[in-house]
Amino acid sequence: MIDPDLILILLFLPLLSFVINGLFGRKLPGSIAGMLGSVSILISFLLSMSVAYTYFFQVGNISGVYESLVPFQMTWLRFSENFSINIGLLADPISMMMIVVVTFISLMVHIFSLGYMKGEERYETYYSFLSLFTFSMLGLVLASNIFQTYIFWELVGVSSFLLIGYYYQKPSAVAASKKAFIVTRFADLGFLIGILVLSYYSETFEFVTLTERLVPGDSEYSQAASSAGFLGISALTWGLVMIFIGGAGKSAMFPLHIWLPDAMEGPTPVSALIHAATMVVAGVYLVARLFPVFSLACPVALDVVAWTGIGSALFAALIACTQTDIKRVLAYSTMSQIGYMMFALGVSGYGGEQGLGYMAAMFHLFTHAMFKALLFLGAGVIIHYVHSNDLKDMGGLRKVLPITSITFLIGCLAIAGIPPFSGFFSKEEILLASSHSNFGIYIVALITAGLTAFYMFRLYFSIFWSKKIEVNSGHRHEGSFSMLAPLLILAVFAAISGFIPFGSFVTSDGTVLETHFHLEFSILPVSLSVAGIFLAWLLYKNTSSVPGRIADKAGTVYKVIYKKFYIDEVYEFITKKIIFQLIARPAAWFDKTIVDGMVNTAAAATQVFSLSISGFQSGKLQHYAFYFIGGAIGLALLFIYYLS
Amino acid sequence: MSPIGLNHMLILSTALFFIGVYGFLTRRNLVTLLMSIELILNSVNINFLAFNKYLYPEKLDGLFFSLFIIAIAAAEAAVAIAIIINLYRSHQSIDVEDADSLRY
Repeated sequence: MIDPDLILILLFLPLLSFVINGLFGRKLPGSIAGMLGSVSILISFLLSMSVAYTYFFQVGNISGVYESLVPFQMTWLRFSENFSINIGLLADPISMMMIVVVTFISLMVHIFSLGYMKGEERYETYYSFLSLFTFSMLGLVLASNIFQTYIFWELVGVSSFLLIGYYYQKPSAVAASKKAFIVTRFADLGFLIGILVLSYYSETFEFVTLTERLVPGDSEYSQAASSAGFLGISALTWGLVMIFIGGAGKSAMFPLHIWLPDAMEGPTPVSALIHAATMVVAGVYLVARLFPVFSLACPVALDVVAWTGIGSALFAALIACTQTDIKRVLAYSTMSQIGYMMFALGVSGYGGEQGLGYMAAMFHLFTHAMFKALLFLGAGVIIHYVHSNDLKDMGGLRKVLPITSITFLIGCLAIAGIPPFSGFFSKEEILLASSHSNFGIYIVALITAGLTAFYMFRLYFSIFWSKKIEVNSGHRHEGSFSMLAPLLILAVFAAISGFIPFGSFVTSDGTVLETHFHLEFSILPVSLSVAGIFLAWLLYKNTSSVPGRIADKAGTVYKVIYKKFYIDEVYEFITKKIIFQLIARPAAWFDKTIVDGMVNTAAAATQVFSLSISGFQSGKLQHYAFYFIGGAIGLALLFIYYLS
Repeated sequence: MSPIGLNHMLILSTALFFIGVYGFLTRRNLVTLLMSIELILNSVNINFLAFNKYLYPEKLDGLFFSLFIIAIAAAEAAVAIAIIINLYRSHQSIDVEDADSLRY
C-alpha cells in the first residue's frame, strides 16, 4: 500500500513554503526565501519519485493491470446519507506520472530562478507564488474527485494570474494577467456546468465511481444520462463537452487560446513552469482523467476534442512562423503541441492497441514538459543576456552563450521530432495513432510537424547564428551556475526521455501496451521535419532579405497570420461592439434609472415626510409631556367609551 | 351629610392629579415642575390607600405600594435636583424653555 502520509507531505510542503515566504519572506535575509522554496520542492520531488516508484513497481500493478488506488480519503461536506463531497488522493498511472513531472519541472524552475530573479524587489513574493502554484498543481493532479479538481483548478488559475502580473508596474503585464484570469474563468464556467451535469446523473463526484457509472452498461445512471437531452444532444454529451470547454480554456485551445501569448508578460521561468510544462496541460490531464467516459460513452465529445486539438495545433503552428517575439513563438508552439496531445486523445480508443493515442498523448505530455521547459529556460538565459524579447535584437549568440546554444539546439531537435531525441518517440506514436483512425487528422498533423521544425529552427538560427549584433549588456557572462545547471539536466532528459518504455506504465486501461518501431512509417514525418529545418537554415542562417521578400509576396495571407488571424480583434469586436453596446449599456441604463430610481424615490419620499414632521421634535420638554398626556387621555377615553 | 367614602377620596386624588398635570404643562421653573410631579405621585398614593381601605381592608398591598412610591419619589427628587443643578451650571437658568438644545 502507498503510504498516504508521504503523498500528503509532498503535497503540503510547497504550501508550507508559500505560507512562510508569504508571511515572513520580507524579514528573511538575502536569498533564504529562494533556498527555502527550492529545498521544499526538492524534498517534494524526492518524495514523489519514491511514491511513483512504489506505485509503478510495487503496489500499483495487480496481475498486469495498473489499478486506481485511493490511499487517503475523508468526508468533507455531507449533504445526505449517500451524497457527500470528499477530499481524497488518487493514485493511478497518470497522477503518479504528473506528480513526478510537476515536482521535477518546478524544482528546475526554482533552481533556475535563484539566479534569474536575483536582486528582484519582490523576490520572496515570487517564490511564495511559485510554491503556491506547485501546491495547487499537485493538488489538481492528485484529486480523487472532480469537485476537488475544480477547487485546485481555480487555485492554479489564481497563482497563474498572480505570477503573470508579477511585474505589476507594467500596464501590459496587468492587462495580460487580467486577460488570462477572465478568459480561463469564463471557460471554467463551462467546467462547473459540466461537473454539475455529470454528477447530477451519476450521483457522485468520485472519479472512480463516476467512471464506473457513466460507462455504458446496464447501470441506470448511464442510461439516464444518455437518454435525457437538450437541443437534441444527450445530457452526457453536454456535460463532457462543457468539461472539455473548461479544459480547453486552461490548455489554450482555439478559440480560448488568446490569453496564453499575452501570459508571456510574466517572468520567463514562470512561463516555463506554468505556461509550458504543467498548468496548460491540465486540460489534457482532465480529458485523460475522464477518458473512459469520453471514449466509451460519448464518442461525439471525443470528436470535438480531436478536431479542436488538430485545429489548434495547425493554427498555432502557422502563427508561430510569423512572430518575432521569442517567448510568443514558444507560446504558440506550446499551444500547438498541446493541440497534438488533445487530438491524440481524440483519436484514441479505449483499451489495448486501440488506446495507443491515449498513451501517446501522455507520453507527449511528459516529453513536452521536459523539452519545452528547457526551451523556455534557455529563452530566459537569452533574455537575461540581451534584455530584450525581440528576435531582431539577437543574433550570433552561440559564441557568448555556448551552453545555452547547445541545450537550446537539443530542445529544438526534440520538439522537431528528430531521432533519437525524446519528441521523436512521442510524436511518432501520436502520428501512428492518428493514421489508424482518421486520415484527415493525420495529414494536418504531418503538416504541423513540418511547420514545427521550421519555426523552431527559425528561432534557433535567428538567435544563435545569423549575423553578429553587438549587444550592449552590462554583464558579459552567460549566467550563474544555478541557471545553467537546470538547462543541462533538462537537456539530458529532453534527449533521452524518449527511451522510457511509456506503454508499460501509462495506458488507457492500465494494461501494458507494447510499442513497436515502424521504420517505414517514420520516414515521412522525419523527412518533413528535416525539410523544415533545412528551409529554416536556408532562410535564417545568415541575415538576408529573403524572408522579408517572401512575406511581401504572400501579402495578405502573411499579414493575416502575423496578426494571429485577428482573433484578438474579433474578441474585441464582440465584447466592445456587441456585448458592451447591446447588453452592458441597456443593463447599465436599467440599473441607473430603474433600480437606482426606485431606491432614490423611496429615499426622497422618506426625506420629505421626515422633514414635514420634524417640527414635533422641538426640544421643549412640555410639548412632549403634552403629547404624552394627551395620548394617554385619548387612549383612556377610547377604552372607556368604545372598547369596554 | 354622608360620611367620607371612596368617592370623596377618588375625587380628591383626581383633582390632585390634574392640578399636577396642569402645573407640569404650564410652569416654566423646573423646581415647580418637580413639585407638580410630586402632586401626581401623591394622587396615585391616595388612590392606592383609598382602594385598600374601602375595598380590601384585610389586605396591606396598597399600603406597601404607597410606601414604595414614596421611596421612589424621594430618589427621583434627588436625581431631578442634581439634573437641575447641572442645568443651572451650564445654562445659568432653570427655565425649562431654555433647555431645548436636543431637537432636530
